[in-house]
Formats: sequence, structure tokens, C-alpha cells
Amino acid sequence: MEMCADPSSLEGINWWMCYLTTGKHQAFYASFGTVLLLLALTAPVVMVLGFSGAMARKSSIPPLRWLGMIYTNVVRGVPDIIFFLFVPIAMDQGIEYFRHRVKCPDVLEPIRQGNDFVVCTAAKMPLGSSPQWMHEAYGFSLALVAFALVFGAFAANTLYGGMNAVPRGQLETGEAFGMTQRQVFWRIQVPQMWVYALPGLTNLWMILIKATPLLFLLGVEDIVYWARELGGSKTSRFAYPHPDWRLYYFAFLLVFYLFMTWASEKVFARLTRKLSHGQATLGGEALKVTA
Amino acid sequence: MSCYDTLMDYGLRSIGIGERLLPKTDITLCDQFVLIGSGMIWNIYFAVFAMVLGFGLATLVAVGKASTSPWASVPAKAFIFVFRGSPLFIQFFLAYEIFVLIPKAGIDINLGFAIITAETRWLTKAWLGAVVVLFLNTSAYSGEIFYGALQSVPKGDVEAADAFGMSGFRKFRRIIWPAMLRLAWPSYTNEAIFMFHATTLVFFSGFPAWRQSGDALYYASYFADKTFNPFVSYPIIAVYFVAFTLLIIAVFGWANARLNRHIAPVQKVKFRFKPQFIR
Repeated sequence: MEMCADPSSLEGINWWMCYLTTGKHQAFYASFGTVLLLLALTAPVVMVLGFSGAMARKSSIPPLRWLGMIYTNVVRGVPDIIFFLFVPIAMDQGIEYFRHRVKCPDVLEPIRQGNDFVVCTAAKMPLGSSPQWMHEAYGFSLALVAFALVFGAFAANTLYGGMNAVPRGQLETGEAFGMTQRQVFWRIQVPQMWVYALPGLTNLWMILIKATPLLFLLGVEDIVYWARELGGSKTSRFAYPHPDWRLYYFAFLLVFYLFMTWASEKVFARLTRKLSHGQATLGGEALKVTA
Repeated sequence: MSCYDTLMDYGLRSIGIGERLLPKTDITLCDQFVLIGSGMIWNIYFAVFAMVLGFGLATLVAVGKASTSPWASVPAKAFIFVFRGSPLFIQFFLAYEIFVLIPKAGIDINLGFAIITAETRWLTKAWLGAVVVLFLNTSAYSGEIFYGALQSVPKGDVEAADAFGMSGFRKFRRIIWPAMLRLAWPSYTNEAIFMFHATTLVFFSGFPAWRQSGDALYYASYFADKTFNPFVSYPIIAVYFVAFTLLIIAVFGWANARLNRHIAPVQKVKFRFKPQFIR
């Protein structure tokens, strides 16, 4: 906007309009998109991982079953903030190690030299010459993998519980109709498990929302990063000087998160109602009476 | 330097006793074990104080939420909603900013509370500020757990109390409160575990580590940064946490057995480990 060309001459409402539309503020607003993008991308991956984990735990092949057990129990047994710090570094080093082996086979020096992790320039990930957005996208994907791994284990546990909660009689009916194990699983168990898994999944979604500020710890420029950046006191050298306003920025984030959890609660309540229709549960019976 | 020397130098470093300088080169496995273990002192301190203080407030909040008077139930519900509906991470940041502002606004009033370093006040230090945040947070989570248990106190227990002529506070203290605790205890054990794990957030959000004395995760990430090797320090801290988690389960399990000692074996409330660490 033209009127924002000289911020020092602005006053009142105009100052606020210009202040809240600076480039940095637009980056701040965009970072809410980053959080929503993370949620939108993680949720399906978590469901796939969780479903595979739960199926692995139910598998009749022992090694697969053990794998499912180890995955769900180890990830759930360790504080996940440790996982969030560990997985991205470990992944990053793993990828670079692999690329180093493939791209520079003639470099014979060991990669771990004392306290240093040295790979050849061509193996750097992303390449030092690549543009800034590549670096950001790479960091974001590492964070995404960490989130998916941790929450996948929780989802696997919930879905496994949901599968087991389907009444045995329902499965037996399927068997009596001559269905194979596979058919019983896909046609009877899976469609019915959701209503049992939903409370756990709702909880997981809430936790996932509340875990998103951890993106900041992983070096992604998320809403916490921008709130700190923008809220910090600005001396008169800046175009828009102001005292330390971080309190207000964080209060805004708090409201954002409260709104997110409140809205999710509403959506999940409707979903539970929908899924309970025709189910042999108390919730399903209650719906039958009112309908 | 032998491992015993390291233990002597660094064993209590996180609370300011012993060697000040952190090892910068030639970091041994022993260094990592000792310093991360030293940082665990902070995690235990935060968890214990927050839980002990939070227990009282949680009971109040639960009773408040169950109350028929809106003067009690609305604030209790709002308190639970705010602290359970937002990330602990943001709560830490916000609380730190508030704590930084308070002494600035009323410097004369708070001067009496100032500790040795004059430039910052006591609430902005992790030892108090973080405990306050964790205390409020765990009160909200435990309050919700206690509220759920309060709703499922057997009707017969309450009727029996009425038949004995008990009422008011005596009925609550002798009948309802023990039954509530008994029913809530398995979930409360999980809450204690989450609270313990949540203490790792303290030095990562707002509250600065003073003289490089932080909690276990602070040292673990220090080592991971210095050695570029996350495969040693993070597993070490994980081992510490798993060990303390088992300890919590043992202590709370003993309490659970005590709370259930008059109950027939089939009706006893069992503990199930349901970890959900992020809050």
C-alpha cells in the first residue's frame, strides 16, 4: 500500500493497518498455513502407518507381529519430544551417509571424524547451492516424518484396540457365512472398528494439534518462530518501533489453539454420532430411541 | 579423568555444585551419562513439586466442575478448557512473558522477593516460574480425571453415607473423596508419567537455562550438538526416562493397592499404561 511508504508519519488506525500488513506479518499469517499443512499431511500418513502397525500386530507371521509390537511399544515408551529431536537428525545423517556412499565412493576418510560428521559436498542434503525454499521444504519434510512416526505408533495402538473391540459374535457370523479370514477382516471387522477407535483417535488428533508448536524446535519457521520474531521489542531503527509485544503475540497463539481444539471437538462429536448409527453400542441404541 | 572424578565434578552440576565448565572436546560416554543424569534432578524436582501442589488444586477444580452452582462450575470448566485446550509449549512462552512483565510493572513491591541476581526476578527463573506453569497445567488435566471419577462414584456408597447421617464435608472427606481417588488412580498414574515427561519442555520454551544448568534434555541436546552424534545422548536420556517411568509405576502401584485394599479382587481398578506424552 502506498500510504505505508513512510511509516513514521502514520498514526492510529493507519499505523495499525500498515503494521499488520508488513511482509513479515504476511509470513506470520502464512506460517499458520504451515501448521495446517502439517496437520493435513500428517493425519493421513499417521492413519496409514497406524493401520499397517495394527495389521502387523494382528498378523499370523511372527516376525511381522514382533515388528508391530516393537514399533508401537518403543515409540510410546519414550518421551516423544526426544523422538522429535532425534528422528530428524538421525534421518538427515542417514540420508547424507547414504548419498556419500553412492556419490563419492572415492573419498576414503571416515565420515565420523571425532566430533564431526563430514560428507563430501555432493552428498549434502539439500545441496548448498539449492535455493532457500528447498532447505525449508527439506526441514519441513523431516519434521513431517518425525511426527508421522511418533503418532503412527499411537494410532496403531488405538486401531489395534478398536479392531479387537468388535464383538466376537459379529466375526463369527461372517465365518458362518463361509467368509475367509481376509473377507471377515475387510468386510466386517474394519467397517465396525471405527466407532470403537474413534474416542482414541479424537484424543490423538487433539494431541497432534497441540504438538505442532514443536515444529519450532525442529527449526521450521512456524507460528512460534514468527511470534517471537515479530513480538520482540523494536527500537526506533525499525520502521515500526514498539516495545516488547511477545505477550500479545503468544496470547494470540493461545487463542488460535483453543479455537482449533474447540472446533475439532465439535466436528468429532458429530462424527461419533454419525458412526454410532446402527451400531450395537449404547451410543447406537440411544440414537435409535431418538430417531 | 576417571569416571569417578567425572561423577564428583559433574554429578550435581545442574544445581550449581561442582565444575562450572562443560566438557567441550573429548566427550566420553561417562560425561554424557553423568551430566544427563545430573539434569534429571531438575526433571524430578519439577515433576514432584507440580504434582504435589497440583493434587490439591485438581481436587478443588473437580469439585467445582461437578458443582451445581454456576459460580463454581463455570470458572472450573474455563480453567480446564484453557489449560487442556492449548499446548503446554505455548503456555510456557506466554507465562514467561507475563512473568517478565510483572516485576517491571511493580518493581517496588517485588523488590523484597528479588534474589541474588538483581536483573531478573524469581518468577522468571525456571525453578519457580516453570513449576507454576506445570502446576496449573497438571491441575487442569488431573482435575478433569478427578471430575470423571467423581461422576462415577458408586451411588450405593453415597446412599450408605447418607444412611449413617453423614453430610457435607464429612461425607466428602470420608466417602466420596477416597472413592474418587480409587477410581481416578490408574488415570492419575498416567498423568504423573506425562507430567514427568512434560518437564523436558521447560528449558526448550521460554525459561532460559542459567549458567548452562538445565534439565536432562538440555544436556542431551548439548551433547548431540557438540558431537554431531544423536545416537548416544538421546538413547541415554531415553533410558533414564524409561527407568524413572518404571519407578513412578511402582510407587503409584503401591498407592493403588492401598486405595483398593478393601475391594474384592475382581472389582479392583487396574492400572494400564497409556502413554500420551505431548500436552
